[in-house]
Amino acid sequence: MRALPHIIRKEFRQISRNKVMLPLLFVLPIIQLIMLGFAADFEVKNVNLAIVDLDKTVTSQRLISKFTSSGYFTQVGSFTNVEVAMLELEKENTDMILCIPKDLDADLSNLQPVQVQLLLNAVNNQKAGIASNYSIQVINSFNEDRFKNVSLPPGMAPLSVDIREAYWYNSLLDYKTFMVPGILAILVTMLTAFLSSINIIREREMGTIEQLNVTPITKFEFILGKIIPFWIIGMLVMTFGLVVSYLLFNITTAGSLLTLFAFLAIYLIAVLGLGILISTITETQQQAMFITWFFLVIFLLLSGLFTPVDSIPEWAQFINHFNPIKYFVEVMRMVMLKSSTFADIRSHFIIMSLFAVFYNVLAMRSYSKTSG
Amino acid sequence: MRDKRTLLILFGMPVAQILIFGFALNNEVENAGVAIYDMSGDYESVLLQNRLENSEQFFIERECQTTECIEEAFRQSKARIGIILPQNFGSDLLNGQKPEIKIVSDASDPNQAQVLTSYATAIILTHVKGRATIVQNAPIVSAIPRMIFNPELKSVYMFVPGVMGLILLLVGAMMTSLTIAREKELGTMELLLVSPLYSWHIIFGKVTPYWLLSFFNAMVIVTLGIIVFDMPMNGSAALLIGSCLLFSLTALALGIFISAKANSQMTAMFVSMMGLLLPTILLSGFVFPIENMPIVLQVVSNIIPAKWFIMIIKGLMIKGSGMTVIWKPVAVLVFITLLLGVAAIKSVKPRLNE
Repeated sequence: MRALPHIIRKEFRQISRNKVMLPLLFVLPIIQLIMLGFAADFEVKNVNLAIVDLDKTVTSQRLISKFTSSGYFTQVGSFTNVEVAMLELEKENTDMILCIPKDLDADLSNLQPVQVQLLLNAVNNQKAGIASNYSIQVINSFNEDRFKNVSLPPGMAPLSVDIREAYWYNSLLDYKTFMVPGILAILVTMLTAFLSSINIIREREMGTIEQLNVTPITKFEFILGKIIPFWIIGMLVMTFGLVVSYLLFNITTAGSLLTLFAFLAIYLIAVLGLGILISTITETQQQAMFITWFFLVIFLLLSGLFTPVDSIPEWAQFINHFNPIKYFVEVMRMVMLKSSTFADIRSHFIIMSLFAVFYNVLAMRSYSKTSG
Repeated sequence: MRDKRTLLILFGMPVAQILIFGFALNNEVENAGVAIYDMSGDYESVLLQNRLENSEQFFIERECQTTECIEEAFRQSKARIGIILPQNFGSDLLNGQKPEIKIVSDASDPNQAQVLTSYATAIILTHVKGRATIVQNAPIVSAIPRMIFNPELKSVYMFVPGVMGLILLLVGAMMTSLTIAREKELGTMELLLVSPLYSWHIIFGKVTPYWLLSFFNAMVIVTLGIIVFDMPMNGSAALLIGSCLLFSLTALALGIFISAKANSQMTAMFVSMMGLLLPTILLSGFVFPIENMPIVLQVVSNIIPAKWFIMIIKGLMIKGSGMTVIWKPVAVLVFITLLLGVAAIKSVKPRLNE
């Protein structure tokens, strides 16, 4: 174990010698954290609405103003025929077209039901679904308003209910508190996975690995010496990130910081082990980077950061059991938002420890083969 | 080219990724669990429950007798929303008293909570409207929504173009960003620089093979998208091929630019991976709608090449648009490519004097 401090010192010197790399290590993640925290907003607040009003009466005007005053829709144009409006829809200048038929007012006065058509750009399926739901609410309230003034023959008045919404755990629907911990998790993961995965292969390409191989250092010390410096960097970036998210987004950790960092410590060992493993089995830095990238992108997109984990199919859920990022994102959110305790996330700890041992043992074995 | 394993990685990985994401990524609302707390249990409330159960979006996960039971369902992540029907629901409804329905949702995922609430609201309102008037057709306005371009509201229409943009940009940029940096590191750059080649010769010589590689990748991904994921192909194939060629070139220009600036392979890789991955996912409109972002970020999103490519792909494949609609994103991509290309050539040049 006497060799350990030396190899750690060597790694730190090597990192600090690259004057371009050092600032990038800290600056890139933090800039991204700041920017992307603001970007991650799914909420459909504003549906651009084009109107084709063939009726042109007070009633149709009232319907239109019901839409524009609802807070969900912004009127971006009004057209005399549907074809022209459709072109705007294709160009994405508008998200939805409201087509009011010619006899709206007349039919309603004659106690006839009327249908208005909504044309929605459904390339973004989620947005189209929500816009259509909003429209149903708006039209419903339009109908109710009419019956306040118009008295109908008995039995003809439509029934209605009053719907109250309540959002539990996050009543303000603040998306940042949900996204920022997740983004931070990803950034720390990317950084450490990247650094470790090209480390050994880089030494091999440069020829310096030979020099290490002839020293009396043991495999265990070697891997440990490679892991510790990056582990420290990972911990630092995380701390830095938490401070930034507190200062900028006012996100505090609801649960215990100790639990969070304890998990991070194990998680980093697992990720670094995986990185070192990739580094020992690839031939060039390029390969190492592509393989790391491949796993990162898959783990990242399946991690539940962007899409809910339970909407993915069974087989992908199965893959997800082996996705370390998923566990980390979950733990970050649980501890930071729902203040889950160590007992709540004990299974996460166990699984992550298994990962850590598994990858590092593999890395150690695979290193001995290639160096031998 | 000499390196078989790298070649395998370059082609195998994008294919694997598009397959995994095409099948796995899904934001369609289907079969969300509902915890229902029905205080009245009368005919009308049972009808409403049946309506929810028969919808594509929801199923009744459990019937509760307390609000705590709903909360428990949330904590176990079994149910996403809870619906509370008041006492005397049916009689109040029929007497025109507007009974109050509560929809509570687990907003620890705020997006999902809102989407589900809006679906539940629409289903309830539509159901109630159709109930129990004496005449079938009450004199009211109703809406017929028509989903243009994507009638089944499939999420592959969102994800396939996004994944395409992501993969092409990153693979292209990462491949090329290594080349010049690698030559610098190995010292072979000197050889090239003392040769009578102009710097743009060097760059074009480097780019062409990767360009072909990248374009081939693009075609494989498009083919997979159409065959495996039923992406429509409504526009002109020639335009699609043209834009794939263009976007591959953009990615390569970006890669060359990064590598010309970077001092080692490691820096080049770090920038092209760390610097590009998340912004391309988050700011391109792939996952998050750009119009929801703060103005500053909307402006920033304009320099993300994938944003424009995704616009082109959606236009060509899904909407069947022609050049009249997509000329703008195409023009922007051409501009970005030229800008990066020129900047890359400029930054290689000074080193000739060293």
